[in-house]
Amino acid sequence: MLQTVLNALALGSVYALMAVGIGLVFGVLRLVNFAYGQLIMAGAYALAIGSEHGWPQWVSVLVCFGIVIGLSLLMELALFRPLRGASPSTMLVATFAIAFLLQSIALLKFGPLVKSAVIFPSLFDPIASGEFETVRKITVVAIVAAILALVALTLLLAKTTVGLHMRAASADFRTARALGVRANAVITLAVLISGFLAAVVSVILVVENPFVEPHFALRDTIIVLVGVVVGGLDRLWTATLGGFTIGVATSVFTDQLSSAHAVYVDSFVFGLVILVLLLRPEGLFAPFRARGVERA
Amino acid sequence: MTYVDRIVQVAVPGLLVSGVALLGSFTTRANEIHFRVALVHVAIVVGLYLFIGNSGVLSFGHISFVAVGAFLAGLMTISVGVKRGILPDLFPVLRNHSVGNVESLLLAAAFGAVFAFLIGLPLMRLSGLAAGIATFAVLGITHNVLFNYTKIGPGATALTNIPETTGLLQGLVGALIAIVVAWAYQLSRFGRLLRASREDAAAAQAVGVSIHSQRLIAFTLSGALCGFAGGLYVHYAGTITTEDVYLDLTFLTLAMLVVGGVGSLLGAVVGALLISGLDAFLTTAEGGIHVAGWKIDLQDGTHLVVLGIVMALVLVLYPAGITGSREARIPRRWRRRPAEAEG
Repeated sequence: MLQTVLNALALGSVYALMAVGIGLVFGVLRLVNFAYGQLIMAGAYALAIGSEHGWPQWVSVLVCFGIVIGLSLLMELALFRPLRGASPSTMLVATFAIAFLLQSIALLKFGPLVKSAVIFPSLFDPIASGEFETVRKITVVAIVAAILALVALTLLLAKTTVGLHMRAASADFRTARALGVRANAVITLAVLISGFLAAVVSVILVVENPFVEPHFALRDTIIVLVGVVVGGLDRLWTATLGGFTIGVATSVFTDQLSSAHAVYVDSFVFGLVILVLLLRPEGLFAPFRARGVERA
Repeated sequence: MTYVDRIVQVAVPGLLVSGVALLGSFTTRANEIHFRVALVHVAIVVGLYLFIGNSGVLSFGHISFVAVGAFLAGLMTISVGVKRGILPDLFPVLRNHSVGNVESLLLAAAFGAVFAFLIGLPLMRLSGLAAGIATFAVLGITHNVLFNYTKIGPGATALTNIPETTGLLQGLVGALIAIVVAWAYQLSRFGRLLRASREDAAAAQAVGVSIHSQRLIAFTLSGALCGFAGGLYVHYAGTITTEDVYLDLTFLTLAMLVVGGVGSLLGAVVGALLISGLDAFLTTAEGGIHVAGWKIDLQDGTHLVVLGIVMALVLVLYPAGITGSREARIPRRWRRRPAEAEG
């Protein structure tokens, strides 16, 4: 029971971090970044290469953060900036193209076979005490890391000027600009934080599953993307809750379904998603209010 | 719109695919396969266009209809004796019957339509991002079930021994059918009502257009086309796995549509042909070719990387697609009004 709860909380935490990364960028750019999972994949490859060459762990982690954040900024400069103001479907498909591109590069460079990344292997050990046997240290670390990151982000958004700018930009980008918020600075910061979170997620995921391949984190990203929309992308906290909830749901389904049905976890999760979207299309956690006229 | 305009609207895409098929008939046997796959892509992308282009709602779920069409058409054309041997778990109705090529395509189209109708019934109430994600969830479920449920298909293994009947002729006829259906739809009353709702949902509702039922009609029809295209696909490839009709194909066909121009039939056809052509060229280049005195010899797997770069580049340079770049804000159909209408 405790194991189920902790596993659910851990997956929910990781998904919440990813949801924040996707939600922050959506807030300022109105762009759903399908390539987010490939950022995490790139970070995982950095860790795998590090352990292949026997680099010290802190160097591997540093390289991982550098690559993920660098790629994330590069994406903003090369793609998001020229496409700013394009139609949502164009932007979405453009991030599809980048996801496809990064995945193909990984396939070309590293091949389809798994590379194993040994990073902080001691974190995978179970916490040794009776009934907690199968609770691994990384489960607890993931939850704590997520809480720390979310608290830091909340403080940044609530207490600093740049946080205020970012919140203003998410609420109404044009008005915020007219009032003196510098668009490029706010967007760059959002992309930077989003990249930082992707790097954190990549370290956590690699510790949990050290086998890195070109589709690493792809399924997680799809589930989180679905989760943020179900939660409500218009606000950061609803998107985060959406990511957390879908992580918890996925984990509970995985633990509780009998082994014959366990392969259908995705169907159960996605079925639930469709149900929620039909009942609350504006987002599961969006505040209740009279529904307006549908806008195209 | 004059009579001539309407004919041109269908004739130009039709001639384009006919030209491609004709070109394919002159190439070597080894190169012909690229032309066949291009024609199948045209059929799929036109199926996508019929819904996405006319409704303005992005759908990630259409490859589910391609998938069920492909698996159904594939299963039903494998001979009964072979099926009993390789797929003993199938439901008896699937295992003990077998149909011909054309019947299997019609079956795929019919099943695609029914599947799309049942899904669309609740889902077409959604719009915007919620609709896109809900259709994505449908794709996820379809893939998950096809991958694991061995009573309706091969599960995680490949379905093989499918007759390869989609040659250039069948590919061409299939693509032309898709184009004519999409054309007839967009000129019909239903097509116009749906596009009216795309341009201004509130105004369309105010004059009595039921957005839900108009979208449902388009979704069902495009489900039929996609199921049909799935049948073409499986008879082109001769073998299929669930991964063949999942994320990569979804991405590729959507990119074709957006690169060509979401809002026009011509865009769908041009996008499908251009990207297929580029992919074919790059794949060939991995084997080494000579172009204008240059020897090009790419590393295996490079074609995917170059394809990704080109697609991103086209989207940055022509956000409204190659055919629609002049109307950057609202994608309109490719045909422009006569000059005097603009003053």
